[in-house]
Amino acid sequence: MSNARTAILDRLRAARPAPLPVLPEWSVTIPPAERLNRFSERLEASHAEVVTSTSGHWPSLLAERLKARGNTQGSANGSSVHYPPGTHHGRCLADAWTDKPELRLVAYDQPVEVLKDTLVHRVDAAVTATRGGIAETGTLILWPSAEEPRLMSLLPPLHVALVEAKEIYGTLTEAMMVQNWSAGLPTNALLISGPSKTADIEQTLAYGVHGPKELLVIVLDP
Amino acid sequence: MGSNLATSAATAPDFAARASIALADDGLRRKFRRAMDGLMTKRAAQFPDPEAWTSLRARGAAIRRRSLARLPQLLEQLETRCRANGIQVHWAETSADADRIIQGILTDHGVRTLIKGKSMVSEEIHLNDFLAEHSISAVESDLGEFVIQLAHETPSHIIMPCIHKSKEDVATLFRDHIPNQAYTDDVDALTATARRVLREQFAGADAGLSGVNFAIAETGTLCLVENEGNGRLSTTLPPLHVAVMGLEKVVERLEDVPPLLSLLTRSATGQAITTYVNFISSPRKEGEQDGPREVHLVLLDNGRTRIFGDPQLQETLACIRCGACMNHCPVYTRVGGHAYDAVYPGPIGKILTPQIDGLATAGDLPHASSLCGACGEVCPVAIPIPNLLVRLRGEAAHQNSASTVMGAGARHSSVEDWVWRGWRLMHQVPLFYRVATRVLTRIGNAMPASLPMLNAWTSVRTKPRFARRPLNELVRSRGFDHE
Ligand code: SF4
Repeated sequence: MSNARTAILDRLRAARPAPLPVLPEWSVTIPPAERLNRFSERLEASHAEVVTSTSGHWPSLLAERLKARGNTQGSANGSSVHYPPGTHHGRCLADAWTDKPELRLVAYDQPVEVLKDTLVHRVDAAVTATRGGIAETGTLILWPSAEEPRLMSLLPPLHVALVEAKEIYGTLTEAMMVQNWSAGLPTNALLISGPSKTADIEQTLAYGVHGPKELLVIVLDP
Repeated sequence: MGSNLATSAATAPDFAARASIALADDGLRRKFRRAMDGLMTKRAAQFPDPEAWTSLRARGAAIRRRSLARLPQLLEQLETRCRANGIQVHWAETSADADRIIQGILTDHGVRTLIKGKSMVSEEIHLNDFLAEHSISAVESDLGEFVIQLAHETPSHIIMPCIHKSKEDVATLFRDHIPNQAYTDDVDALTATARRVLREQFAGADAGLSGVNFAIAETGTLCLVENEGNGRLSTTLPPLHVAVMGLEKVVERLEDVPPLLSLLTRSATGQAITTYVNFISSPRKEGEQDGPREVHLVLLDNGRTRIFGDPQLQETLACIRCGACMNHCPVYTRVGGHAYDAVYPGPIGKILTPQIDGLATAGDLPHASSLCGACGEVCPVAIPIPNLLVRLRGEAAHQNSASTVMGAGARHSSVEDWVWRGWRLMHQVPLFYRVATRVLTRIGNAMPASLPMLNAWTSVRTKPRFARRPLNELVRSRGFDHE
C-alpha cells in the first residue's frame, strides 16, 4: 500500500499551503491552595468517593471499607483484591493485611492470557498508585506498568487509587509540563475521572457499564 | 408506528421527503427534543464565562488550522514516530481500501470475532457489513452502538447513537435478542445486562477495533476519549488492536491535546472531561502483562485529500466531531439523524457528506438548513459552517469545469440560469427595468400562487404582494426634496 501513501501525500502537497496561524495565548491556573479541594469536589461530582489518609494508615482504612462493603463478585467469603506486590504500596498492603484472611490479595503477575478468567470474573477490587491528580477536572493520572498492568484499573467492580496530596496539579497542561510527558510516554497513559458510566439510554446516567462501578480515591497527606 | 415511520423515512428519496416523514413522528420528535435540550443546557453550563470560551476556542481553532497547514509533514512524522514505537501504519485511499486492509490484518491473525469501540470512521467505511461477508463477526461494545446493532439500524447521532430509542425499545430488543433476558425497562438493570453480555464478548474476542480522537505526531500517540471503558477494553484485552482514523485527526504536539480535549468534552456532552482519556503509544512491551501484542493504525483518505485541495472547504477538516452543531441545529433537533440518510448527520454532515459522496447524490443536504448560524456559533473550532453550506449550494448549481468539488454542477438548472440572466439584464438596461416592473405591478397580483415553478416558493411561503406602482415611478411623480 505504499502507492496509497505516495498518492495521498502527493495530493496533500499539491494543495496551496494555508498560512500557519499563530497560537493565541491560553491558560488556566488554579492556585495551589485550592487544588486539593477542587480535586476532591470534582471527583465526588463524578460519583467517586474521596477520603484522606496517611501513608501509614491507609491499608487499615481500606480494610475497614472493604469489610463494610462485602464481596461483589460472588466469591464465597471475603474479598479478592488485586495488588501490585512489586511496589512499595503493594508491600505496605501485604504487611498490614497479614492478619486479615478474609481479604485475599491477588497478584497480577502473569500475562493476561493466563489470568483472564480470574481478571474478568473473580476479582472484587484493585489497588493502584497514580502519578498524581488534576484539580481542574478531578482527574487521576495513571501510567500502568509491568507491576501495575492496564486492566487493574478497568476490570474489577471497585478501583482504589492512591494519590499523594503533593502531586495534585492544577491542570492537565501543567501535569504534562512538570512530568515532561513529551520526552517519552509509556505504552498506555490514562486519565481517569470517575467510575465507568453511560448515558446512552434516554440520557439516564448508569455506572459500571464496562469498567469499575465504584472509584475510591485515597489522598495520602503526607 | 414510530418504527414504521423511521423505516420509511430512511428509504424516502430525498431529504425533504424524509424530513416530512420524521416531522410527523411525534415520539421521535419528543425523544430528540428532550435529548437536545439537555445537551444544550449542559454545554452552556460548561462555558459560563464568554471570555474564557473565546480564548479557549481561539486556541483550539488555531491548533486545528496549524495541524492542517502542515498536514503532509505531520502525517509523515506521525508514521515515523508510530513505527519507532512499534505501531504499524497503513494508508487507505478509499473506504474499500480501508476495509480490505483491516480484513487483511484480521485474516492474517486468524480473527473470527472483533470487538469494537465506538468509531464513526468504521461506520463511514461500512466495516461491519464488509467483515460479515468475510465471516468475521464484529460486535459493537459501546452501549448505544450495541443497541443499534441489535436493531440492525445506523446511529442517529455521532456521540449518542441510540438517541432515537426509548428505554422501552431497548428493553424489547434485549428481551428478544439476549437469551434468558426478561423484559425490564430499568436503565440500571439494562446496563448491567449489557455489562454481563459484553464482558463475555470481550473475553472471547480475537481482536479489538477503535477510532482515534487525536493522533499526536510528536510522540506517535493515539488519544481516545470515552466514558464507558469499552474503548479501553477493546484496546487492551484482545491480543490485536486495529485503530482507524480519518487522516485529518493528527495534531502537532502533546500540548495541543489539553485545549482540544477540553473543547471536545464540554461541547459534546457538557462534561469538563470524560471518565477515560486513553493515550496509546505502543503495543505490549517485554515484561508487561497486558495490552495487545500488535497495534495497527489505518489512515483513511476517502475524499479528504480532495477537500484539502480547496482553501475554503479545507475548514471542514478542522472538525473534532463533538456533535455540538447538531445539538443546536433547529433542523436536526426536529427531524433527527436518520432523515439525512448519511453517516454524519446534522450541520457537519451537511458539509462533509456532499464532499465525500459528491453533490450528485448528496446535493440536497446543503439545502437542509435555514442558515440561522447556530452551528457556526457553537462550533468549538470555529468552522464557518453556514458559509460552507452556501459555497456548496453554489458549487451544486454552477457548472464549473475548474471546480474540485465532486459532482459540481450536479443540480444545475438551465431554467434557473435563464431567470438569473433575465434578472441581470433587467437591472442593467433601464428600458427593460421599466417594462418589467410595469408588467409585474400590473399582473403580479393576478398570478395564482399555484403557478408551476412559482409554487416551489409559495408552497411553504406566502406569495409576496406587489405594490401597484414601482418605487421609481412613485419617486418621479411625488418628487423628493433632494432629487
Ligand atoms: S463541525 Fe464543529 S460543532 Fe460540528 S461536530 Fe465538528 S467540531 Fe463539533
